[in-house]
Amino acid sequence: MAEATRLGEGLRAYRLIAGMWIRSTMTYRTSFALTVVGNLLITGMDFAAILLMFSQVDSLGGWTLPEVALLYGLSATAFGFADLLLGSMDVLGGRIRDGSFDTLLVRPAPVLAQVGADQFALRRLGRITQGVLVLGYALVAVDVEWTAAKVLLVPVMVVCGAVIFGSLFVAGAAFQFVAQDAAEVQNAFTYGGGTLLQYPPTVFGTDLVRGVTYVLPLAFVNWVPAAYVLGRPYPLDLPEWAAFAPPLVAGGFCVLAGLAWRAGLRAYRSTGS
Amino acid sequence: MFIEVDGVEKVFDVRRKTGFLKRERRQVRAVDSISFTVARGEMVGYIGPNGAGKSTTIKMLTGILTPSGGRLRVAGIDPSRERTRLAHRIGVVFGQRTTLWWDLPLIDSYRLMHRMYRIPDDRYRENLDRCVELLELGGLLEVPVRQLSLGQRMRGDIAAALLHDPEVLYLDEPTIGLDVISKAKVREFLRELNGERGTTVLLTTHDLQDIEQLCSRVMVIDHGRMVYDGALAGLHEAGGSERILVVDLERELPPIEVGSAARVVKVEGPRQWLAFPAGESAAGLVARVAAEYPLVDLSVREPDIEAVIARMYAEKATA
Repeated sequence: MAEATRLGEGLRAYRLIAGMWIRSTMTYRTSFALTVVGNLLITGMDFAAILLMFSQVDSLGGWTLPEVALLYGLSATAFGFADLLLGSMDVLGGRIRDGSFDTLLVRPAPVLAQVGADQFALRRLGRITQGVLVLGYALVAVDVEWTAAKVLLVPVMVVCGAVIFGSLFVAGAAFQFVAQDAAEVQNAFTYGGGTLLQYPPTVFGTDLVRGVTYVLPLAFVNWVPAAYVLGRPYPLDLPEWAAFAPPLVAGGFCVLAGLAWRAGLRAYRSTGS
Repeated sequence: MFIEVDGVEKVFDVRRKTGFLKRERRQVRAVDSISFTVARGEMVGYIGPNGAGKSTTIKMLTGILTPSGGRLRVAGIDPSRERTRLAHRIGVVFGQRTTLWWDLPLIDSYRLMHRMYRIPDDRYRENLDRCVELLELGGLLEVPVRQLSLGQRMRGDIAAALLHDPEVLYLDEPTIGLDVISKAKVREFLRELNGERGTTVLLTTHDLQDIEQLCSRVMVIDHGRMVYDGALAGLHEAGGSERILVVDLERELPPIEVGSAARVVKVEGPRQWLAFPAGESAAGLVARVAAEYPLVDLSVREPDIEAVIARMYAEKATA
């Protein structure tokens, strides 16, 4: 009960603060329009690079263009949602350094919600738009016998993927309580992870694949469930049911990230850094 | 008591780089067993040199930091355990960083407070109107915060901290960097707030005029310890402060001799400076000087409280 009201309070605070950031951005309309266009172009270039590769080769690690597009679309969409909702958490380190983090602690709202909504930027919709477009193309172009389970798995992958990436953002922010200049380390994991998943697991070394399966469970965003949808062999010869594990993995990772956040906040409040 | 602080300590683990990946750990006692109480409606000045532990104390009182030891209560609440509940009852102004929204009109920041603190509409209207009137914010509500002057922004910040009717207001350096007129406005407002509404006020400052004009009570902290807690007047006695009588004589004369009543601290041509205990009347001294010397003009300088406190710190350091 108490947890439920806290969650409600958090969402409410998030909405209020995100609204203020949107209005702040809108005071510079031209600048906003330009960054949205720029964002779309940059993320678009991202997929253009893959298209360019496929103009020279027929497959990448044994995966065809529509198949890679499926991976790309799933990863980009899931990451896009997480990035839109929590993507500015990497500014936490800066806030701690300049002391403005303290002003969040005297507000009657959960700190995680306040930090999550910090510098909320609608321009990040660009990444989601692009991800959804690529995903749409892939779903049409890919050669799959669609079953109910496979159809259901697509939205599940996007939601769970967003939760997994979101947890990564929160865990990274928690780490910044300890190391305030670690924003780039966090970005290496979040943005790096997002990019990694846009390529088939077969192009990477086994150790790396193992790492993003068992240590950071990123493989469950798309690699494993997408392999099921496409009828391809799983990375690391995981069992068949692993394709349906994303909700469990996402839930577990989310809880761990929450605990890390709490520990980080507690450490901050007892040291003042 | 409204604020109760009993033997509160704050120990920081400071890690210092002593080489590549090598770190030295050291414990720093930022606040070392401090005790005091503040009654509802009091206005207390909290002063001390940089790094004395003022901000750390305020951060513990607001629940930002968890004390390492001792007992702390604000309005019966343990700040670090029930930070969010306490937040509804306290107002905080950090002098050097604004909590207002930089790119948005001032009024937008207030609307956010209205909703975030769930302030009832009529209370919000009433408090906002009052702040706007007393802090002269009328013409500024629609102006983006980034266009406000430092003084205007500070007044805006103070208003933002008061919309939810806090019972206690903490101010960290509220007049820092402000011009004389802005300082006067802020002080006038705080006096009114404390007098009319009975809001408890605790302010840290480097500007001793803030203390002289606002606070009947002053607490001095140094090296994490309380070195003085009492009336402002008592601070002069505790610090052994002196007033200065400046006399202009008809001509250059050797230093004036008036026994133990005063001592000459400076001579410059026909002008001489005489120091005497701050607690004593200047009348007797003036009469003696006038009777024995060719006096042309005179003036009395009040003790410099800054010097008093500096002396206290020094005594503490050598003790």
